[in-house]
Amino acid sequence: MKKRGHIWAWVIFAIGIVYFFLPLLATFLFSLKARLGVLSFQAYENVLRDPAFVRSFSYSVLWATLTIIFGILLFVPTAYWVRLRVPQARTAVEFITLLPFVVPAIVYVFGLVRTYSHPPLLIVNSPFLLVAAYTVLSMPYMYRAIDTGLRAIDVRTLTEAAQSLGANWPTILFRIILPNIRVAILNGAFLSFAIVIGEYILAQYLAKPAFGPYMAVQGQNKAYEPAALAIISFGLTWASMGIIDAFGRGRGQGATIAGGH
Amino acid sequence: MTQLEAVKRDALKARPAYHKMSWAWLGVMPFFLFAFLFLIYPASTIVIRTFQDSHTQALTLKNIIGLNTPFIKTAYWVSIKISVVTALGGGIFGFFLAYSAVRGGLPSFMRGSLMTFSGVASNFAGVPLAFAFLALLSPAGVLTGWLKDIGLNPYDHGFTLYTFWGLSIVYMFFQFPLMVLIITPAIDGLRREWLEASENLGATSFQYWRYVALPILLPSLLGTMILLFGNAFGAYATAFALTGGQITLVTIVIGAQLRGDILNDPGLGYSMAFGMVIVMALAITGYTILQRRTERWLR
Repeated sequence: MKKRGHIWAWVIFAIGIVYFFLPLLATFLFSLKARLGVLSFQAYENVLRDPAFVRSFSYSVLWATLTIIFGILLFVPTAYWVRLRVPQARTAVEFITLLPFVVPAIVYVFGLVRTYSHPPLLIVNSPFLLVAAYTVLSMPYMYRAIDTGLRAIDVRTLTEAAQSLGANWPTILFRIILPNIRVAILNGAFLSFAIVIGEYILAQYLAKPAFGPYMAVQGQNKAYEPAALAIISFGLTWASMGIIDAFGRGRGQGATIAGGH
Repeated sequence: MTQLEAVKRDALKARPAYHKMSWAWLGVMPFFLFAFLFLIYPASTIVIRTFQDSHTQALTLKNIIGLNTPFIKTAYWVSIKISVVTALGGGIFGFFLAYSAVRGGLPSFMRGSLMTFSGVASNFAGVPLAFAFLALLSPAGVLTGWLKDIGLNPYDHGFTLYTFWGLSIVYMFFQFPLMVLIITPAIDGLRREWLEASENLGATSFQYWRYVALPILLPSLLGTMILLFGNAFGAYATAFALTGGQITLVTIVIGAQLRGDILNDPGLGYSMAFGMVIVMALAITGYTILQRRTERWLR
C-alpha cells in the first residue's frame, strides 16, 4: 500500500515541479540572452541602470510603506476596539473587510475614477487616494492578520492590567497591544508589500508613476529586460513570503493567500 | 431574528458598562468612515449609475438591457469559460498535488517547500507573470525553441499564447497553488482512522473514496473551486500584459471603457461592472456556505 502510494505521489509532484519551475527557468535563461551569442547579465544591468526603473521602484516602495503604516494605524485600533468594546460591530466590520474580494480591482478603480474625478470630489490626482486604495486592496489580508494576532492574546486582561497601572489609551495600544501582535502585523505588512509593489491596475488607472505600469511599458518596448524584471519581481515576492514564513511558522497559514492578478 | 431572540442575545452580552455602549461605537467610526469613503461609496456609485440614464439621471433599466449585445455577451462568456476551465483544471491538479504531499508518503520537507512555493506562486501574478510565460511560450520563447528543435513547433499546430488556451495555461500558475493552500487543511482533516475503519470493514479503495472521503471533502473541493473561479474572473493585469488587451474578457472591456468610451455609451460601463460584482458576490456566497459545511469536519 505504502509503496504504491509513493509512485503516484512522486509522479504528480514531478509534474508540479516542472510546471512551477519551467517558466522560471525559461525566464531566467531568456533574461541572459540580451547580448548576441553569449549569456550575460546585460539585461539586469540595463534595468538597474535605467533611471525610470529606480524612480518607479522607489515610488512603489514608498507608497507600499505608507500603505502599511496607514493600514496598521487604522486596523489595529479598530480590531482591538471591536474585540474589547463593540463585539456587536464584528459582523459588519468583517463583512467590509471581505468586500474587496467581491469587487475586482478593475471594477474598484472604475468606481473610484468615476466617483472622484468630478468636482466637487476631484481628488483622483491626490497621492492620498492611492494610499487609501491600496489600503482597501490589502485590507482583507492586513485586517485578518491583525485580528488573528489579537485572538491569540488576552486583550481584556492586558488592557485591565495596563489601566490599573495608570496607562492611557495610546500607551496601551502602542506599548502593550502592538508589541504583542508584532508577528501578525509583520505577516500582514509583508503580504501587503507583495501585493502593492508590482500592482498594475490601480496605479495605471489613477495615473501614478509606479513600478507596475513601468514594467508594462517595458514589456511593450523591450525584449529581454521584461524577463529580468520578472525574475526581480519573483525574487521580491519570494523574499516577502519567506520572511512571513520565517516569522510565523504554523500560525494561520490562510493569511498567506492573496492575489493581485 | 425575532425580538425574543434579540432580547436574549443582548441579555447574555450585557455587562456593567452596557449604558456606555453608544460612546464605544465612536472608536470604530474612523474605520467605517474610511470604508464608506473609499470602498462603499465608490462601489455604490456603480450600482446606482447602472440604473440611471447617463444623460437625464432618470431611473432606467436601459443599461442592463444594453448588455445584450454580441460583443458584451462574448466578453462575459469568454471570462466565465476561462474561469471555469482554470478553476476545474487548477482545482483538480492542485488537489492531487496537495493530497500527494500530505498523504503520499513523501519526505516531510517536500510538503513544507510545496506550501512555501504555493504561497509565493499564488501571489506571483499580474505583469511579471505574463513576462515569464512570454519568455517560455511566445514564438521566440525558450520552450518554443526547444520544441522547434525536435520538430514540434506548437505555433504550426494552431497554438498561440495570446488566446483562450494560452491564457488558461498562464492562469493555472496562480490557480493551482491557491488550491494547494486552501485544500491542504481539509485533507489534513481526513482522519487515518476512517481509512483504517473502512479497510477493516472490507471496503475497497474505490468504496472508501466513494462513500467516505469524497463526501467529506466535496464541500471544500467545490467551495475552493468557486474561489478559484472568482480569482480568475476578476483577473486583469495578467491578461492585459500577455495579450496587449487583444483578448475579449469582461475585465479588459471595462478597462478599455475606462480609458475611452469604447462602447459608445457611458452607462454600459457601469452595468458591465455591476454584472461582475453580481457574479463575484454569488461566488463568494457559495464559497462561504460550502466553507461552513466543511468546518464541521475540521475539528
